[in-house]
Amino acid sequence: MKQYENLGILNVGATLYHTRLSRKYKARKPYRTADPRLILSYIPGTVLDILVVPGQKVSTGDELMILDAMKMQNKLKSKTDGRIKNIPVKKGDRVAKGTVLIELE
Amino acid sequence: MPLNKKIRELKEKREKVLLGGGEQAIEKQKAMGKRTARERIMTLLDDDSFNEYDLFVEHDARDFDMDKKSLPSDGVIIGTGTIYGAPVAVFAQDFTVAGGSLGLMHSRKITKIMDHALKMKMPLIGINDSGGARIQEGVNSLAGYGEIFFRNTISSGVIPQISVILGPCAGGAVYSPALTDFVFVVDNISKMFITGPEVIKTVLGEEISMEDLGGAKVHSETSGNAHFFARSEEECFDQIKKLITFIPWNNQQKARMFDPGEPRPEYDVEKVVPVDPTMPYDVKDVIRAVGDNSDFFEIMEHYAKNIVIGFGRMGGRTTGFVANQPLEMAGVLDVDSSDKAARFIRYCDAFNIPIITFVDVPGYLPGVDQEHSGVIRHGAKVLYAYSEATVPKLTVILRKAYGGGYIAMSSRHLRADFVFAWPTAEIAVMGPEGAANIIFRKEIMSSDDPDSVRRQKVEEYKAKFANPYVAASRGYVDAVIEPAETRKFLLHSIAVSENKEIQTPPKKHGLPPF
Repeated sequence: MKQYENLGILNVGATLYHTRLSRKYKARKPYRTADPRLILSYIPGTVLDILVVPGQKVSTGDELMILDAMKMQNKLKSKTDGRIKNIPVKKGDRVAKGTVLIELE
Repeated sequence: MPLNKKIRELKEKREKVLLGGGEQAIEKQKAMGKRTARERIMTLLDDDSFNEYDLFVEHDARDFDMDKKSLPSDGVIIGTGTIYGAPVAVFAQDFTVAGGSLGLMHSRKITKIMDHALKMKMPLIGINDSGGARIQEGVNSLAGYGEIFFRNTISSGVIPQISVILGPCAGGAVYSPALTDFVFVVDNISKMFITGPEVIKTVLGEEISMEDLGGAKVHSETSGNAHFFARSEEECFDQIKKLITFIPWNNQQKARMFDPGEPRPEYDVEKVVPVDPTMPYDVKDVIRAVGDNSDFFEIMEHYAKNIVIGFGRMGGRTTGFVANQPLEMAGVLDVDSSDKAARFIRYCDAFNIPIITFVDVPGYLPGVDQEHSGVIRHGAKVLYAYSEATVPKLTVILRKAYGGGYIAMSSRHLRADFVFAWPTAEIAVMGPEGAANIIFRKEIMSSDDPDSVRRQKVEEYKAKFANPYVAASRGYVDAVIEPAETRKFLLHSIAVSENKEIQTPPKKHGLPPF
């Protein structure tokens, strides 16, 4: 039998297999439950306008920010009632997908 | 004018056009490590077999001073020829003429040769090297693409369609190759993307090189858009020629027969597969130990390596091989490997190529990312493709065949014609560890020494169910065979399946989970 190098262990159905692991498998990210207090950019774009300030009270559905992306002005709304804790971006910032735009408390 | 003068006039006209975009443009093309469109066709086809058509076609665009520009042959060469004697229709975009851009007449030349290929029922090979739509021709250029895509679609499954990406192929243009059967790419030369790095940078602010976005490696390893990767144009043409020997000219024929030869002695089928189902091996060694001359022509070698697909021959007949690869990701089924296998199974079915499946599968890859990427609908494609296929289907279960993986991998229940199993086969609802944990849960939990009880129960389960004989006792496996008997059994069953015919209920078309 041939011997193989760079083997890892893959658990399928409680059995441990000696095998090569793909780059894609090694790079997979652990799952995290979505936090409604974090407003993330769901698409890469530019912060066109910020409609709230830290400390301000907001309700579900309130418009918080306008994100310019794919030639559209996207209105980002609050998914929860709360108070603005922090806004880590400023007007004109170009943001990647998944960037935290607003934190609520 | 006397005849010789007329002939001289023709020769002069030809020579002028044959230079394409002119010497300077040709030099530039060569500096990029690329051959000219004409050189490519000549390398690909049998010597002196090329008949060129539409050499003198010119555009008649008028806007943006286009009326003052002459574009030789409108930037694309079309014709018919042969590869090892097999007829093929060819087009090759000429990057030296206006960047190989696609205008109306350019597209009409392509659709003309596509129509010929479909009518005459011969393979179509398209060599793509184009900057994209000829913007000056506006919507006419879009119309041209649409006409090509339509023909790609109606020709699909009727004649083999091959796309060769030897330069840029960007924007809408990528959809013609995507609709064809096999896409060939060459390192550092092929570039394919819908939106290029420039647009991505301006719109999204993300920086990426052309090579990293849509180079040959990316499409061979990551996106799965390409089926064959070559380091040079030369190697790429050799791959295309080899492919042509394995496939029929159209869906009403079978592939050419070759003189059968025995597998090479260095591939000993008994020395490949470890008995322990958790230990890896290269399943390609099994294919080589069984197939004619140990010749295996792998497709999508670098993508979803946990499943192996490709062509070989059995008794001189082209055969499609599908095999789980225990060396990579334990040979699990997942989103990408399911897509890869399902498409290949459908290809073989469309072109009358029998399928041999080697099974060693622990099941489906567990994980949130797999579930969220739709492993349900992607995995279903394998079930659909095998069930739908009416070509001869032969299955050899080498070791593990657990759960849904067992069903999916060309099982009797999906109408495999012959199912064989090695004595090392374990055909069971799941692996012994998982099964023991569930069946003997109470006993294990209530014991003072759960680990030793678990080990004992796993061994009990293994002894009883981790074998091929339970399935054989129900007739789900037709024969339990020695590994060394594999070639003999497969040769025989392929030969007796030669005239297989199946009636399927009439329908317009099915709805595979695309």
